[in-house]
Amino acid sequence: MRRVRRVAMGAAALLLGAFAVAAWAQSPSTSTSAATETATAASMAELGRSSLVGQGRELFETSCSSCHGFEGKGVKGQGPSLLDAGESAADFYLRTGRMPLDQVGDEPLRGEPRFDEKDIRALDAYVGSLGEGPAIPKVEPAKGSASEGMEMFTESCAGCHGIGGKGGVVIGGYAPPLGEATPTEIGEAIRVGPYLMPRFSEAQITPADVNSIARYVELTEHPEDAGGFGIGHIGPVPEGLVAWLAALAALLLVARLIGERAGDDRDDDEAEQPR
Amino acid sequence: MRARVLTVLGWVWRYALAALVLLFSHRRTVARERELPANTRAETWTASLLFAAALAGLAFVAIYAFDDADTQLLGLSIAVALALVAAGLILAASLVVPQETLEECRPAFADPTEEEEDVEDAALTLREGVDGVTRRRLLKAAGGAAGVGLGTAALAPLASLGPAVGDRLGASPWKDGVRLVEENGMPVKAADLEIGSFLTAFAEGADKEQLATSLAVVRVKPDELELPEDRAGWAPEGILAFSKICTHAQCAISLFRYPLFAERSPGPALVCPCHYSTFDVLDGGERIFGPAVRPLPQLPLRIEDGFLVAAGPFSGAVGASWGKVKEEG
Repeated sequence: MRRVRRVAMGAAALLLGAFAVAAWAQSPSTSTSAATETATAASMAELGRSSLVGQGRELFETSCSSCHGFEGKGVKGQGPSLLDAGESAADFYLRTGRMPLDQVGDEPLRGEPRFDEKDIRALDAYVGSLGEGPAIPKVEPAKGSASEGMEMFTESCAGCHGIGGKGGVVIGGYAPPLGEATPTEIGEAIRVGPYLMPRFSEAQITPADVNSIARYVELTEHPEDAGGFGIGHIGPVPEGLVAWLAALAALLLVARLIGERAGDDRDDDEAEQPR
Repeated sequence: MRARVLTVLGWVWRYALAALVLLFSHRRTVARERELPANTRAETWTASLLFAAALAGLAFVAIYAFDDADTQLLGLSIAVALALVAAGLILAASLVVPQETLEECRPAFADPTEEEEDVEDAALTLREGVDGVTRRRLLKAAGGAAGVGLGTAALAPLASLGPAVGDRLGASPWKDGVRLVEENGMPVKAADLEIGSFLTAFAEGADKEQLATSLAVVRVKPDELELPEDRAGWAPEGILAFSKICTHAQCAISLFRYPLFAERSPGPALVCPCHYSTFDVLDGGERIFGPAVRPLPQLPLRIEDGFLVAAGPFSGAVGASWGKVKEEG
């Protein structure tokens, strides 16, 4: 049904465009009205979009449909339906190189993207046109607050990704490190919940919160190490280990100093008068 | 085993012999070969350090006696006590106990007639060993006091075990009608929870420090659920609530996995970050991986005016297994 409407709208846009061009050609002497110009721009955008969707559809048929099915309806036991995946999910999986998978059932991991910018946009547009999935969020870390971001991150993300964003393990999969993630990818992942990740509604994590989280994650990429040495930024276990090693060395040093002092006394006695 | 027994017997024999020699030898009044001056000031210092250590140990007991004792103060008092004992022992070793180096002459060939004289010599050497320390009783008292102080400090925490615990561990704020609130105190709206989402919630008005207060709330698709029959209706609209405290070592469960494509991925589960105990949320918190033994206690929920409310108490005991809890499973 949606497709029929879309095709109809595309056709209408084409007609409108043709009409506008004709109108412009027929009256070269008079200035075109503002209304016509706006209509033209809007119809051109719609035209570009539908052609993008068309390109995306072609790409999808050749590269994705073996697992995700005809028109993104999914294939049982192979790949999920993408009807409500949205532009956001397509953009996240394609830009981070997680899709296409080498083998069905593998955990999607970050890699080099397999498509170029133009193709990714086309596929995003096509997958977005399939249903009601989330659109690509606009994330602006500059508008967020790092301290609020840290609070949100601690509550909802740090369990798996670690408070330093260095990644971790959830039984059954990896929680990837966030160093390479762009703000947009962070926003997309929060809404999409890729692979085993939970997902969060806009009521739970508002777009403003997403800005703050992205700002905090940017901060974790270049942490200020007050002690001069981050020890991998993976938390209290290695830090405790280092503390133990340092304390051990300090204790040895103290023992050695005490021993030396006693040794000196003995030397004095010997120097006096050995009997 | 046999060798060890022989060594111990050897020690016992040596001390017994020394005691006999000291008891039965004549006290010779000959001028001693050497004089070791006693360092009385060092003795005073050592004794005062040890007494101070005793006081610090007792201070630990006094702080511990308060109900809401500051753990940092407890640690500090023990640290001070141990540091003072260490300082006292270092002082005693380097200044109180005589330090001298002697060369032992090659023993002459033994002459049986001189045996008695040998015994006397040995007695003299033993007596000389006590030279250089004048106030033995003071030092003994100080050492004893430090031992008692530290000993009581070490034993006092035993009072926290056993019957003193009472039912504090089993206490729970959850009963029918208690509302779930977020960390900021706002009640939890059912509609805000996306499918595949999780949230930390608390009992309204309860102390967040209490073990049973915190919840891990998750939402799954209602048709995925495989809850046992007696828990039908515990998860309205697919929203489940579990204790956030792991049944293994009481860590806060902060990992939740929810598959985007269930057919090809592990199922939804709560995972504890400490030792990776993994609990299946679909069948009511059964353990599927890790060192935990008991399932995660589930809290029955209902929705009242769009907000989440407890519909009863937990399905089991919250927190690590101990005593009766373990037996009851």
